[in-house]
Amino acid sequence: MKELFKKNKDTLITLGIVTGAYVLIEILLKAGAVSSLFKGLLVPLCSYIILAVSLNLTVGILGELSLGHAGFMCIGAFTSAFFSKITVGVINPGWLRFVLAIIIGFFFAGLFGFLIGMPVLRLKGDYLAIVTLAFGEIIKNVINVLYIGRDSRGFHFSIKDSVSLGLEEDGQMLINGAQGITGTPKDSNFTAGFILIMITLIIILNFIKSREGRAVMAIRDNVIAAESVGINVTRYKLLAFSLSAALAGVAGVLYSHNLNSLMATTKNFGYNMSIMILVFVVLGGIGSIRGSVISAIILTLLPELLRGLSNYRMLIYAIVLIAMMLFNWAPSARAFRERMVARLPFFKKKSAEKEV
Amino acid sequence: MAFLSYLINGISLGAVYAIIALGYTMVYGIAKMLNFAHGDVIMIGSYVVFCVVSMLNLPVWLGILLSVLVCTALGVTIEAIAYRPLRQATSSLTVLITAIGVSYFLQNVALLIFGANTKAFTSVVPIDAVKIGESLTITGESIVTIIACIIIMIVLTLFVNKTKAGRAMLAVSEDKGAAQLMGINVNKTISLTFAIGSALAAIAGVLLCSAYPSLTPYTGSMPGIKAFVAAVFGGIGSIPGAFIGGIILGIIENLSKAYISSQLSDAIVFCVLIIVLVVKPTGLLGKKLQEKV
Repeated sequence: MKELFKKNKDTLITLGIVTGAYVLIEILLKAGAVSSLFKGLLVPLCSYIILAVSLNLTVGILGELSLGHAGFMCIGAFTSAFFSKITVGVINPGWLRFVLAIIIGFFFAGLFGFLIGMPVLRLKGDYLAIVTLAFGEIIKNVINVLYIGRDSRGFHFSIKDSVSLGLEEDGQMLINGAQGITGTPKDSNFTAGFILIMITLIIILNFIKSREGRAVMAIRDNVIAAESVGINVTRYKLLAFSLSAALAGVAGVLYSHNLNSLMATTKNFGYNMSIMILVFVVLGGIGSIRGSVISAIILTLLPELLRGLSNYRMLIYAIVLIAMMLFNWAPSARAFRERMVARLPFFKKKSAEKEV
Repeated sequence: MAFLSYLINGISLGAVYAIIALGYTMVYGIAKMLNFAHGDVIMIGSYVVFCVVSMLNLPVWLGILLSVLVCTALGVTIEAIAYRPLRQATSSLTVLITAIGVSYFLQNVALLIFGANTKAFTSVVPIDAVKIGESLTITGESIVTIIACIIIMIVLTLFVNKTKAGRAMLAVSEDKGAAQLMGINVNKTISLTFAIGSALAAIAGVLLCSAYPSLTPYTGSMPGIKAFVAAVFGGIGSIPGAFIGGIILGIIENLSKAYISSQLSDAIVFCVLIIVLVVKPTGLLGKKLQEKV
């Protein structure tokens, strides 16, 4: 037992932090010390954490820059919301429907990750980044012109407008182009979000430690060396990329079942969202899963905490972002920080010990 | 005839993309970074022209001159404050995120000063539309944009290949260390690149807002992304590549808007990009890099 604990210390600490935060917020909710604004932010926050953690798998562990993560989230959101909408009243109870919706979101986002990854993962660096961005935009645009309706004769599809579906009088619009899906059952809540975060963390942390995860990291560090020891580069790259996409799909399921009307706009599924998630990952530390969780929480709450400053809050957010990047990564700032830390009496001993 | 007019509009839009893409491609070639804030420099430049011409009623040439000066100063300042300290950083992602931060910063500054309302931008082009035959009309904006783009291309190519400063840029983009050993001031050369790129962004902003006369703090972001796609399309780092990429992108976008679906035009543009990159991973005119073991 003790050995098991030692081996998984890192994982357990991360899971502990998330559980602690969940318990704390639950207590605050029960005590009524939480504003309604903050309450409304909890489920999106959970999906952002899942997105950040899953993107870290692509950026940190696989070492490829992806700017289209929101596209996979979009697929998860729309496929699952579509499923929930047509099965509402058919599959009872609600939780079973939600679990099935999650599986569907996971599967379809993963499938698209696989299909997109096959041609794209041949590219490198910034080229890969721009193609993933392009795919994210394509997914968003296609969903915006998609019309699906249902009547007694079955399902109808169109990519023109709602009229050309030719629905009967009693027909029901399911996906209404740019208006998206309305009336998705509100299945997700904070507890469901918490459970999904825990599952995501366990999947990813175990994946990193597994044989497959080590192979993926070997590819990241040196493709040629990895190939020469017999690692199937394409296979492991695709595996990591699809898993990351599938988990983004789960985040999409959580996100979509929290909204009454689901629309694909630039803000929630476009490149703005992809970039926001990337900011979480980079600021939390590339490759550090715990860092992604923490930075997703802080950066989601920061604009809300700054709400008192109204118009200036996004400006401050931008300045904080730039300043943190410079302070964390600029070589001159790092040297300065080390000098300052070395001067403090408490750290002096530690750094002296290190040198020995 | 309708086809011809769509084609000319496409070329004119593509010429704007090409001018913006030049900024991206030069900066990428020399600093190896995606300058995400480039689109927002365009927006700032357009606001400067809007202020000078529409609010202060000063002549147009003064507005354009001021806009170019402001954008140049802005580009150099951004490079010095936000990008230069990170040049030696271990991960190239850090500069990318900082650039995103700068982009947010510029958008929000514009939002605070000018508000979120759309401003009606009055065209600065004094030329009337030219009519050829019955149905073909070419707007003055299209003519000016295409001519401006061609002039900029020629001047820039001459500058890079013939002048000392231009060749220093080529040298730095080839190998920073070696260029420094040859006595080239790398910092100054990179600043110069940002200055030229941002000045071009100002001109692109004026042309873009003259053709599509609405101005918001987010005006620059989508053309910025599209121009970046154009730069990648043509082979990032290559000046003729940016030109060709921009023009092709503009034509595809306009024709698909006219004949297929206006909502799907972006998706079609991105599809073409993906096909090109999958077939030729370094873009149309990109250099092929040899992989070393």
